[in-house]
Amino acid sequence: VSAANPNSLTMVDALNRALAEEMERDERVMCLGEDVGVDGGVFRVTRDLQKKFGKDRVVDTPLAEHCIVGASVGLAIGGMRPVCEMQFSGFMNFAYGQIQPHMSRFLGRTRGGRRMPVVVRAPSGGGIRALEHHCESEEMSYVSVPGLVVLMPSGPRTAYGLLKAAIRSEEPVIFFEPKSIYRAFREEVPVDGDPFPIGKAEIVREGTDLTVVTWGAMVRRSKEAADRVTKETGASIEIVDLLTLKPMDPEVVMTSVAKTGRCVVVHEAPRTGGFAGEIFARICERDDVFMSLRAPLARVASYDVPYPLFARENAYLPDIERIAGQFQKTLAT
Amino acid sequence: VAKKTAGPSNAEAPPKAGGDTTPMRFLDEDGKLLVSSPPLPDARVVELYRHMVRARRFDARLLKLQRQGRIGTFAPCFGQEAAQIGSISACEKTDWFVPSFRELGCALYRGASMRGVLLYAMGLEEGSVGPPESRDLPISIPVGGQSSHAVGLAWAMKMKKEKAGAIVYFGDGATSEGVVHESMNFAAVLKLGVVFFCQNNQWAISTPRRQQATDKPLAGRAEALGFSGVQVDGNDVLAVNAVVGVAMERAREGKGPTFVEAITYRRGVHTTADDPRVYRSEDEEKSWEKKDPLDRCRKYLEKRGAWDAKKEAALEAAIDEEMTKEIQAAEDYRASGVNPLEMFDYVYVQMPPYLLAQRQEAEEAFRGRAIVLGASAPYKPGGAAAVGQLEEAPEEKAS
Repeated sequence: VSAANPNSLTMVDALNRALAEEMERDERVMCLGEDVGVDGGVFRVTRDLQKKFGKDRVVDTPLAEHCIVGASVGLAIGGMRPVCEMQFSGFMNFAYGQIQPHMSRFLGRTRGGRRMPVVVRAPSGGGIRALEHHCESEEMSYVSVPGLVVLMPSGPRTAYGLLKAAIRSEEPVIFFEPKSIYRAFREEVPVDGDPFPIGKAEIVREGTDLTVVTWGAMVRRSKEAADRVTKETGASIEIVDLLTLKPMDPEVVMTSVAKTGRCVVVHEAPRTGGFAGEIFARICERDDVFMSLRAPLARVASYDVPYPLFARENAYLPDIERIAGQFQKTLAT
Repeated sequence: VAKKTAGPSNAEAPPKAGGDTTPMRFLDEDGKLLVSSPPLPDARVVELYRHMVRARRFDARLLKLQRQGRIGTFAPCFGQEAAQIGSISACEKTDWFVPSFRELGCALYRGASMRGVLLYAMGLEEGSVGPPESRDLPISIPVGGQSSHAVGLAWAMKMKKEKAGAIVYFGDGATSEGVVHESMNFAAVLKLGVVFFCQNNQWAISTPRRQQATDKPLAGRAEALGFSGVQVDGNDVLAVNAVVGVAMERAREGKGPTFVEAITYRRGVHTTADDPRVYRSEDEEKSWEKKDPLDRCRKYLEKRGAWDAKKEAALEAAIDEEMTKEIQAAEDYRASGVNPLEMFDYVYVQMPPYLLAQRQEAEEAFRGRAIVLGASAPYKPGGAAAVGQLEEAPEEKAS
């Protein structure tokens, strides 16, 4: 927190504030995970929460992702509202055995009888010069699971509002935190502010010539690329920040693409099977939007290779050069 | 745990499981009491016996219905009735019941209706729903995963300062799953009231107990994690009830978890899609027939003058009447026009717009079609994937 303005927060501090306020508001909310207590999490998202709320509500668990989520399922059935942390989304695969077979299906299995107000938080994405497995973008493993809500904020303000909404939601939420922007910039974040509605995309920049659809850390990068292209060509670029990957808000995207006639999707996950494919399918399924297209749909994504060790990560991730290059190409069609 | 329970913990050598502990037992195979005084009043034992018979008779009826194509695949509990009734009868209604997929006896004991069991076996989710205020979880199929739910439930009870524990059921095969070990460790470290109830029924489909793990007792794993594990003769309903009674009491009192390994035998198929003749001998099956849990309990009660053939016949007739009524009710429900669109209704608490659109699309697509399986005619469970199906299938004709 900067001394000048106590409400100008990094994303880490915004998440911490959201957690603290929700724990204050509802005593059923608990935080559990590896190193979330004394250490405050390896990124310090849960810093000082154990001091504030005690060891019963902020719990350092044994090192076992599967059981952390499975215990959260049981805690939810037992009347608690667990927020569990996966230390890195790259280790969340161990918990998939709970998330897909149980957390996502308990409501249906019991025909509405057992709700799953569980939030699984996971730092995701790359760009932090880390070890292997610490930079994965695995949203599609969860977007494809019926019953889950999948969220990815793009900065301090949306992180704060979305996490509050996730904790208050009656649905099971996978909450991806793009770790490369944990401390990249500050935004104004209120005290006791409102939750940001789940299932609502945001237009972060208005424009008329091209629609860019993106989320997470790529929102900021896409803005930078758009700045450059606009400066060079004068093109007017609209940027849609999805925020909720599931259930996606298609109307904002459809209305924008119908207006601009051009669409580029930018995401950090590998290209094949990435969410761009789903967005394109939706565009193609809508007669009015499809017929308004003036250029081929395009995407800028990571390559279809395993995330490389960090010396090559800038070559792997979509960077401003590649993003701006694609914007220009699509605008030129 | 065993030491604190009334009666000897080493009345007799262990049946067959090997290892270095001796399963506790109160009754020998002929129903002879091995301790000086009965651990439960006769009236209570009669009650438990009735539940065991009800489970077995319904289980056998389900098998027939499956063979007739009137219900789908299920996992019979044949042979494990004492382990199930003995353990669940030691739990209070306020304790959480966390089953795997073979606990028909427990579910019926807890109050599940036969109609519900049938509906679930007919492939209808309607059957997996208990009363909302119940503390019974539905069937859990991925092996071992439910152990972590019991951890969370016991944890929630601790947070709410409720005197309630959780009993989780799993088999010998599940002890090889990482999550069972994770859950045991969680419960130990956080001191949670979980009873890990392992029905060691000797087989995980075709994999025998000896190939699942070394001959060290499965119950011994608890020791390594810092809590008690005990082996009990799973075909002795009195012993199971006593051991689990102590374990559940410890759970409710905040004294942490207990592992109970009930040595039993899956006398039937793994599921109705399984054929045990492929992997085990008739001799082995016969050797366990002699240790049957129902025979043992009945002989005990007969010796005590608390049961006779007339009572047995009356019980069977009552169960048969109940089954006839419940089967009719389930089949009537299925024939009454089950709505296939309900599959959309419980994916989310609040249905998102895209799902509502898909529901409307499906409604259009299903119009005038009988799309719910079994509503009008029997079917072959397993379809073209059933073992033996290819051999029976006619050659495709080139057209």
